[in-house]
Amino acid sequence: MRSKTKYVPVPSKSILPERDAGRAPVLECIKLGITLGGIKAVEDFNLTVGRTEIVGLIGPNGAGKTTVFNLLTKVYQPTTGTILLNGQDTHGMDTRQVNKAGIARTFQNIRLFRNLSVIDNVKTAMNNEMNYNMVSAILRLPNYRREEVAAHRRALKLLSIFDMQSMADAPAGSLPYGAQRRLEIVRALATNPSLLLLDEPAAGMNPSETADLMDNIRKVHEMFQIAIILIEHDMSLVMNICEGICVLNFGHIIAKGTPDEIQNNPAVIEAYLGRKKEA
Amino acid sequence: MTFLNFFISGISLGSIYAIIALGYTMVYGISKMLNFAHGDVIMVGAYICFYAVVRYGLNPFLAVAVAMVLCSVLGIIVEGLAYKPLRQAPSLAVLITAIGMSYFLQNTALLLWSSNPKVFPSVVGRGAFHMFNGNLSVSHITALTIIVCLVIMVALSLFVSKTKMGKAMRACSEDKGAAQLMGINVNATISMTFAIGSGLAAIAGALLCSAYPTLMPTTGSLPGIKAFTAAVFGGIGSIPGAFLGGLMLGVIEIFAKAYISSQLSDAVVFGVLIVVLLVKPAGLLGKMTQEKV
Repeated sequence: MRSKTKYVPVPSKSILPERDAGRAPVLECIKLGITLGGIKAVEDFNLTVGRTEIVGLIGPNGAGKTTVFNLLTKVYQPTTGTILLNGQDTHGMDTRQVNKAGIARTFQNIRLFRNLSVIDNVKTAMNNEMNYNMVSAILRLPNYRREEVAAHRRALKLLSIFDMQSMADAPAGSLPYGAQRRLEIVRALATNPSLLLLDEPAAGMNPSETADLMDNIRKVHEMFQIAIILIEHDMSLVMNICEGICVLNFGHIIAKGTPDEIQNNPAVIEAYLGRKKEA
Repeated sequence: MTFLNFFISGISLGSIYAIIALGYTMVYGISKMLNFAHGDVIMVGAYICFYAVVRYGLNPFLAVAVAMVLCSVLGIIVEGLAYKPLRQAPSLAVLITAIGMSYFLQNTALLLWSSNPKVFPSVVGRGAFHMFNGNLSVSHITALTIIVCLVIMVALSLFVSKTKMGKAMRACSEDKGAAQLMGINVNATISMTFAIGSGLAAIAGALLCSAYPTLMPTTGSLPGIKAFTAAVFGGIGSIPGAFLGGLMLGVIEIFAKAYISSQLSDAVVFGVLIVVLLVKPAGLLGKMTQEKV
């Protein structure tokens, strides 16, 4: 078990890990909500995430967890509420702009570019950083070569975090399942995020793979010093790795707190196990 | 020797089909739509070339360059006006729009340039190389067409595999949503694909009309359909497939004309297509995509 994070209150009426308290939060969701087909999929969602905090987003199936990710990344535009990313209101931004502003994500069902090689998947995510235009690419001018070489190096370096550099030239679709999950994380990191969203990173993994994943998430967290929000059903992973946990049910936050607080919260137990029948 | 002669003209005709088919296949790959207006962009390209050479006395190669630029712009406009608003619409709506766009371009050409056939000046004159004591003659335009096709093929393959725009194109054709979440500008990438396809169509138009010098507003439609066939034949969405499909279609067409019957040649071409699709439904180099249930 990791040493428990100390939480302290900050002026904006929320609590943050002590080490992040002096700095502005990376993400603030204020009264976020969305109506999808007449149903309030998420309502009154308030969450503040510290600069280097790891937050778990849990809840029963259909609680609205992935919808929250889709709101943060602007796959859906929120019907109500505000998202502040690094203090900047993301209202009116599209997916690409939000990515540029610092949010990267992985997907519940893996969405790699299967026919591209592993390294090209990573380099595709660096598209924003490479500034050469089509003319210099056709004429292979020095700036094309320089930027391509730099991107290649950085992509290999990112892959080496997960010991994947030897697979660089294989098509992404040919990788084993666990490696594809890792590649998705690498690809997300390649966009230089300040907030990484992991949507069920341990789905379909056996216990030893899950343990590796936990180490990897910690490693990424330490290396990049970024904030991470993860959706996960594997409670051992969530309780081990997350510093703060936010529990959703029917689109509402029913509990927020540290792993210990959540484990003993009656509302959470009820959401997961149902209410005890009154005799 | 006549066999070789036929073979070379088949490859040359096939090269034109291949260049056109690249436009169909790239656009299909990225936006999963059949751009039936593509054939008419060829015609527009040929007209631009024609007027640039005949009326403004431009050097033919410069004229082709001008036509490429203008056709690329046309491609971007067509995509932006007609297809972009329908990106979330069912594919049938987009298909009908594409057919409508095709007629729109044809009729606009009819209005602007009338239905009188124009005699297109060849970009390299009407000379020929004679080999084997004159037994084998290859016209300059035939040779040029083959060379141009090879150059385009190599350049496009490098572009798609080695540059960030090419990789962005491939990423978008696999998963636009994920590409956007990785910071790729999907709209710009799609526009660029249309621009490249239309630019290639302009080259194809100039080559086609240099080899078969009659230019009319409907000039582009039959080669367009045949190139579309070639793209399907090779596996739509696949760039090497378009190349292979185009070449094979050209060779089959010329051989059918030479050895079977010139009236039946198109029937033979499409007959072969049907047989190929029966055996390999995704085309020669196409990948079968399996839907998981």
